[in-house]
Amino acid sequence: MVKKGVSYAKWGYIFSIPFVVTFIIFSLYPTLYTVVIGFTDLRGLGKTTFKVLSDPFANFKSILANVTFKQSLVNTAVIWVMNFIPQITLALLLTAWFTTRRFHVKAQGVFKVLIYMPNIITAATIAILFNALFGYPKGPVNDLLMRLGFLDAPSNFHLQKWTSKGVVAFIQFWMWYGNSMIVLIAGVLGIDVTLFEAAEIDGANASQIFFRVTLPRLKTIVLYVLITSMIGGLQMFDIPRLYNLGRPDNATLTSSVFIYNQAFSGSYLYNRASAASMIVFLIIVVLSVALFFIMRDKDAVKARKLERQIKRRGGVV
Amino acid sequence: MKSIKASTITMKTIIYIVCIFLSLLSIFPFWVMGMNATRSTYQIQQTSVALFPGKSLMNNWKILTGKSFNPWVGFVNSMIISTGATICAVYFSSLTAYALVAYTWRLRNAFFSFIMAVLMIPAQVSGIGFYQFMYRIGWTNSLMPLILPAIASPATVFFMRQYLMATLSLDIVASARIDGSGEFRTFNQIILPIMKPAMATQAIFTFVASWNTLFIPLILLTRQEKYTMPIMVSLLRGDIYKTEYGSVYLGLTLTVLPLFVIYFILSKYIIAGVALGALKE
Repeated sequence: MVKKGVSYAKWGYIFSIPFVVTFIIFSLYPTLYTVVIGFTDLRGLGKTTFKVLSDPFANFKSILANVTFKQSLVNTAVIWVMNFIPQITLALLLTAWFTTRRFHVKAQGVFKVLIYMPNIITAATIAILFNALFGYPKGPVNDLLMRLGFLDAPSNFHLQKWTSKGVVAFIQFWMWYGNSMIVLIAGVLGIDVTLFEAAEIDGANASQIFFRVTLPRLKTIVLYVLITSMIGGLQMFDIPRLYNLGRPDNATLTSSVFIYNQAFSGSYLYNRASAASMIVFLIIVVLSVALFFIMRDKDAVKARKLERQIKRRGGVV
Repeated sequence: MKSIKASTITMKTIIYIVCIFLSLLSIFPFWVMGMNATRSTYQIQQTSVALFPGKSLMNNWKILTGKSFNPWVGFVNSMIISTGATICAVYFSSLTAYALVAYTWRLRNAFFSFIMAVLMIPAQVSGIGFYQFMYRIGWTNSLMPLILPAIASPATVFFMRQYLMATLSLDIVASARIDGSGEFRTFNQIILPIMKPAMATQAIFTFVASWNTLFIPLILLTRQEKYTMPIMVSLLRGDIYKTEYGSVYLGLTLTVLPLFVIYFILSKYIIAGVALGALKE
């Protein structure tokens, strides 16, 4: 017989153990380890022993003064912006089209499936595929541009800095605008229908409804898309690394590719790479905190509303 | 009235043209890839875009597998890792979510806030420490460090918690207790079946994400027989396949094939899952 008042609280702790233990071993410890390595002399393939430098911040100083690292941060930011502005614009436009009842777009399901598709394909494969597509002297893109009369002779795209940046940004855009679109559509479907009906009765046209009714209510979700995209963008590795190996002239060298090159090639500078990782990590933490507050605020507002409702009801009863 | 109708029709035409163009844009690179996988290097050099397949599939296959690219090894390793990681992530995230929803304990809210806080922290930034740690304990070239970390998947826990809060009635748990079921058995035999839909959604995403990861496997696995599919793919970039266009396209096609199969069977659930995952309400 189960006695009343038996406490099951301990099971909450017991069932959380696997998560907590795994997190400590595979996330927390490696993170702290990375922090420590950033202050040491650890370099060279196969080395694991280290001692703290006489000037503990030497790695951070040299990384912050490193022209290539600075360039990699700028590249990451530039490529991310080049991908995000068209991405969010197109995603919002498609959202407006797919959710406006007057347009009544048919075959939406098929369009969504095809538009979202690149998102689940291996980024490494896509990067190498685009490398082949933009091949020189013979490649599908060169072929098409010449057949359509845009080019007289094949162009060596892999040697052009801005073309390479553009292609990396395009791949990123092409892989993610479908995802953003679906997230935004879900957001619109969550808005109270009566708002749209009221606006329609008041004689608002489609674009007025979108800008005055829909968009203000999508603010949180647009912010969510923005911040998750920024955090993802800061880790951009597979595409810039495999599309053109960070070339030409470091034009597609992102901070993740820089860190990888420092730690796992040349003279295996684990310490410098760790210092660089921590700088990127810090940026991600700041962004995550921002996201945390955006998401939490929403819940807090809801809780307050609920509280008020309960109070009101209590007053009536 | 008429002009409004006319403008709606023009607008709709524009919408359909744009949507069809975007759909073709999604297909085109993969189409070129698939067709060129069956064409000879000579044919590809003549015209790189073909709408129809050629006859060199077998020849491309021979050249592809005659060098370092071994699709079968990559496939098996990726399959083991992705399956293992998926089972770990789905099972233990459900368990953690259950702990957060079904029991009242003092650190519960703090633990949930913690999960929210680490939701976005990527494994990549601690890559150096992770590599050094694994090197010390001799786990480089092991598949374990690519599977076990999935036991702690904050995003999956988050999703499972939202799902449980919406569907779980604590009466079921209470009546199981009255019937003498232990807490662990209740979870395995009563709660897990309730969570099936959420588990299926999360399983797809964990599997695909694990299948596509490059960074961590790339730094840990140095032996060819341990390579995953994305590492195999990166070999196609090397000099050994420089002029073998047909076999490069074939290699790329092989890595994408399993994902296409999964996607076109499950696309409905995947898209519903993306929409659900983002709402976080």
